[in-house]
Amino acid sequence: MDNLVRVGMADLKVAKYPGILTTLGLGSCVGIALFDPSSRIGGLAHIMLPSSKQVKNNTNKAKFADTAIVQLLEEMLSIGAKKNNIIAKLAGGAQMFSFSQTSDIVRIGDRNAAASREVLQSLSIPIVAEDTGGNFGRTIELYTENGILVVKTIGHGIRRL
Amino acid sequence: MSISIENLNALQLDVLREIGNIGAGNAVTSLAKMLNRKVDMNIPKVQILEFKEIANLLGGADNTVTGILFSVSGGLDGYIMFVFEQKYAHTLVNMIMGTPEVEACDFNEMEISALKEVGNILAGSYLSALSTLTNLRIMPSVPYLTIDMAGAILSVPAIEFGKVGDSVLFIETEFSDCDYKILGNFFLIPSVGSYEVLLKSLGVIS
Repeated sequence: MDNLVRVGMADLKVAKYPGILTTLGLGSCVGIALFDPSSRIGGLAHIMLPSSKQVKNNTNKAKFADTAIVQLLEEMLSIGAKKNNIIAKLAGGAQMFSFSQTSDIVRIGDRNAAASREVLQSLSIPIVAEDTGGNFGRTIELYTENGILVVKTIGHGIRRL
Repeated sequence: MSISIENLNALQLDVLREIGNIGAGNAVTSLAKMLNRKVDMNIPKVQILEFKEIANLLGGADNTVTGILFSVSGGLDGYIMFVFEQKYAHTLVNMIMGTPEVEACDFNEMEISALKEVGNILAGSYLSALSTLTNLRIMPSVPYLTIDMAGAILSVPAIEFGKVGDSVLFIETEFSDCDYKILGNFFLIPSVGSYEVLLKSLGVIS
């Protein structure tokens, strides 16, 4: 597929129709898909940590929920998306290893998802669909044709959001 | 300021490389003893990769792999993790259980248990080498095993590394006996601040 735009870990990209944005193997990371249906402009971020404010080395904006969403929104607006049209879909935020102890690393998936929701809410971007949590990895594809987010897993089926 | 992978100097990197070497050597020796056969190991490759490049590891981010994770506590806090591509995980199980090579299928409970035990042995001998070198008392937890997409499993160490930098450090080790070849990846993931402890105890930084 020539239209496929790959988004790596701690990375974000935008695409116009007929682009398809994809990120592979989301674990505790969260994939944040933004979409403007009228201009068919999509954006996808693969964030690793909830907040840039808790970490000293925070130059990579795409790594954190707070800075990545703002950056993604800006890039989408700069190529013609309209803020009021934009909707969001979330996937990921799993807990990959079932630790018995309650350490920081265990809850990171939950915290990533919660932080993403908060940031989207503060920007007044509605979350129309979500597939988060669980204990399995996800590969996601955002189709700018219609805004559908396909979530693929190993052994947990395929979902269309 | 906390040390991240990016601002390690050549000497510090060499030290980490050497630790990887000794630890992996120890781990493979233990494996050979357990299997009661000769197991050869090549020189471990210490790699430092940016997050964006992680997707190319282990046959791609959506390739199925086995990850065995331990939390580490005592003198050094953090995690260690072994990751095997599915074909090598199967080879490993076959080596241990003496079962013939079978087509890749899901592991049964016995095989999962065997893999965890290998993890235990590798982790224990790796950490005991590290303990001896550093004079730190380092204890592993019980093993936690997950079989899933490489990217999802690698996100666990990547997130820990992500708190201080934009790269991960890991050690790729290949070991084999006359019949089999296994490629394993080993991640030493000190928590924030533990790199200082590690390098200090080795006398590399004051």
